[in-house]
Amino acid sequence: MSDVGLDDLDRRLIVATQAGLPLVSRPYHLLGEQLGVAAADVQARLQRMLEGGQIRRIGAVPNHYAIGYTANGMSVWDVADEHVDALGATVGALAFVTHCYRRPRSLPEWPYNLFAMVHGGGRAEVAEKLARIAQILGADCRAHDVLYSTRILKKTGLRLAKT
Amino acid sequence: MPEPSEPTRQVDATDKRIINTLQDGFPLGDEPYREVAERLGISEEDLLARLHAMLESRVLTRFGPMFQVERMGGAFVLAAMRIPEADFERVAALVNGLPEVAHNYRREHAFNMWFVLATETRAGIAAAIDDITRLTGYAVHAFPKEREYFVEMKLDAA
Repeated sequence: MSDVGLDDLDRRLIVATQAGLPLVSRPYHLLGEQLGVAAADVQARLQRMLEGGQIRRIGAVPNHYAIGYTANGMSVWDVADEHVDALGATVGALAFVTHCYRRPRSLPEWPYNLFAMVHGGGRAEVAEKLARIAQILGADCRAHDVLYSTRILKKTGLRLAKT
Repeated sequence: MPEPSEPTRQVDATDKRIINTLQDGFPLGDEPYREVAERLGISEEDLLARLHAMLESRVLTRFGPMFQVERMGGAFVLAAMRIPEADFERVAALVNGLPEVAHNYRREHAFNMWFVLATETRAGIAAAIDDITRLTGYAVHAFPKEREYFVEMKLDAA
């Protein structure tokens, strides 16, 4: 990780917080004690990683089901290569799409190259949202499907080795 | 034991305000929970107790820094497998056991297992895929992103 300017302390800070931020009144002080540095160093390192994009944000990740999003669909679309980037940007800008990517097809079994995650209070709501995406893609879309999640098997996020 | 996807706490209006507020970032001051609690009009003790309860009951899957492994020289790759129903649990346990597997979802499709590999180096992805193929005996289809149009993990608790 040295190629992007992260040193040993950054790495130890990542290992110390990847399972979560301590739930104590002064979490940065506690981390400082654990790492043998001042709280101010912990705060400065976190600030630098936020600015550098190594940390997207410090925040909570809710279980979609727990906050009412019982239908979570990965919608996948086979979109003409020459238009996929312009259309992907439009689809990604929809308020109900949380992630939108172009990915390689895996032919012949997997013809889809545009992925958009859509969440809703039920499958009917997701279906309405998918219809809006289909409308945007129009004739540039040759086929599509939606893969609903039926179980979270694991959700831990990144884990660096402790060594 | 409940499925990991089934939270065991009913969220109330205060929980929802906490969830929505904490999806917008977190202060770096000396007493960040106190700052957030004041904004929400609750006590710091209440905020900490609710966060603890929401993590314990899996209403929140995590609370802390969200690292972008790609900005550290590493990689994230989405991958999928088609697993026969009778073998699903065995394979899920093997796949979940690898530290490189950050998320894993069961989905309704012939490709019924979808997981995200997060590794410290780009080379780590190929090694993890080899490990999974060898351990499970099933082919792994990798879908690395070629272009990111939008990512915003936030979802309002309505």
